[in-house]
Amino acid sequence: MNPLDGNAIGGLLHEVFGTEMTAAVSTCANCGDTGPVAQTVVYLDAPGTVVRCRTCSDLLMVFTRVHERICVDLGGLAALEVR
Amino acid sequence: MSPISRGFHGRRRTPPGEEGRVPPGQYVTTDFPVLSAGPTPHTPTEKWTFSITQGGDTKKSWTWDEMRALPEENVTTDIHCVTRWSKLDTHWQAVSIDTLLAQVEHQAGYVLAFSDGGYTTNLPVQDVTGGQAWLAYGYDGGPLPPEHGGPARLLVPHLYFWKSAKWVRGLELLDHDQPGFWETYGYNMYGDPWKEQRYAGD
Amino acid sequence: MEGTAVRGRLTWQTATVSQLIPETPRTSTIVFDVPEWAGHRAGQHLDIRLTAEDGYRAERSYSIASAPGEPVAITVERLEDGEVSPYLTEELRPGDEIELRGPIGGYFVWDPAADQGPLLLAAGGSGVVPLRSILRDRERTGSTAMARLLYSSRSLADVIYRQELERPVSGLDVVYTLTRSQPPGWRGHSGRVDDALLAEVAWPTGQDPLAFVCGPTSFVEAVAQSLVGLGYPPTRVKTERFGATGVATGGGVR
Repeated sequence: MNPLDGNAIGGLLHEVFGTEMTAAVSTCANCGDTGPVAQTVVYLDAPGTVVRCRTCSDLLMVFTRVHERICVDLGGLAALEVR
Repeated sequence: MSPISRGFHGRRRTPPGEEGRVPPGQYVTTDFPVLSAGPTPHTPTEKWTFSITQGGDTKKSWTWDEMRALPEENVTTDIHCVTRWSKLDTHWQAVSIDTLLAQVEHQAGYVLAFSDGGYTTNLPVQDVTGGQAWLAYGYDGGPLPPEHGGPARLLVPHLYFWKSAKWVRGLELLDHDQPGFWETYGYNMYGDPWKEQRYAGD
Repeated sequence: MEGTAVRGRLTWQTATVSQLIPETPRTSTIVFDVPEWAGHRAGQHLDIRLTAEDGYRAERSYSIASAPGEPVAITVERLEDGEVSPYLTEELRPGDEIELRGPIGGYFVWDPAADQGPLLLAAGGSGVVPLRSILRDRERTGSTAMARLLYSSRSLADVIYRQELERPVSGLDVVYTLTRSQPPGWRGHSGRVDDALLAEVAWPTGQDPLAFVCGPTSFVEAVAQSLVGLGYPPTRVKTERFGATGVATGGGVR
């Protein structure tokens, strides 16, 4: 299935961050590309949710649900700015 | 308490008589769902190699042609994905991992399979030997399509299918078990579908 | 308390199906009665969660089809081998309870007060749903922003909200392109949206237009790229990609 974009994880992001995040601006730690989270490339089918940079395909964020917890890896982000 | 959705069953159709073949919590599909964590790599076979490495050194490596010259096995098996689908009687053309590991001297207890695109997954050596694991390059009589892991993927059907790394390029020999990609994010280090070992601690 | 609309928090709440409206052979609109609904903005979506008797759960996202101020509604396309869409379009009855959370989204939204430039709405199949919310909001608020909807559909029978879109509305232009089959005597466009068609319908960049593009990923990428090629700044092309089959789905983490 074709990947979706950050709009598709609006609910998950709100759950994790406690606020609307699709309009937040992310900066890729690998290539420096900056843009709304809504424009990131999202893979939803896998055992977890994987968010990648639209420019260089590097990992930005990974979310998995493990029993009642959500495991969050934001290591691929150089910055995340909520406006 | 969530309300029960009247009349909703989800996809749980285990064909009659097949119940014993389906691990707990799974449903049977006749599709072959494509699950991905990133863009599909497209490595041409002329550039493809498979390596057994240890501590940064390559102990043994095969080109595509060298790998294809090894004894081919036809494998028919059931596969079980942690996202709850199971597919029965899948047909693969593959080389046994036993054949590959036999060409390397080692005392490692574990391997970390690594793939194009950066994916990794860890397995005990005893789970990729003894006729339990293959390097699969053919599916249903044809070349393994890229969206399903071609040119070649790992096939370890007795564990959840995330252990059957797509686009695999080698095995790193390890003394200690180390979490791969999904294992790092809370998935089980071993992944036995019959014990429903989906997550860490299961 | 479950369902309490605390400002800023997104909680699952129980809604009741109040109406089911068949739209096309493959799509139906579902109207909900949501006691704690905090209101929404045009373009936002909501998440639906179904729970089977044995506890099995499935979640999906659907764009809100109604305008702010109207009862919450979604329009669902029934997917051939879908797990949730056949349930929503064929099994659900008025009075049934369903869990949902929303509204969700702060990027793919249209604010009638803030955005007054001409609107270019490009819909691929069921991507028309959030755009219809925008058009209804535009009408309800009396916005004078010019609007053009470019709607790509398989066939005329698959055009959702057709009667509504055919009403004459001041300042609104609707252009269809039918990709798979056209009725006899069809004088509109055929085939997929291409650079030429976009060049024809897109507002000139000098007018500071705002574009909303929604539909399957391949449609969105082609149209967005084309608009940027026509000089639209990327910040003025808002995109929302649906799954290849038309609805944002997810089997894993949502």
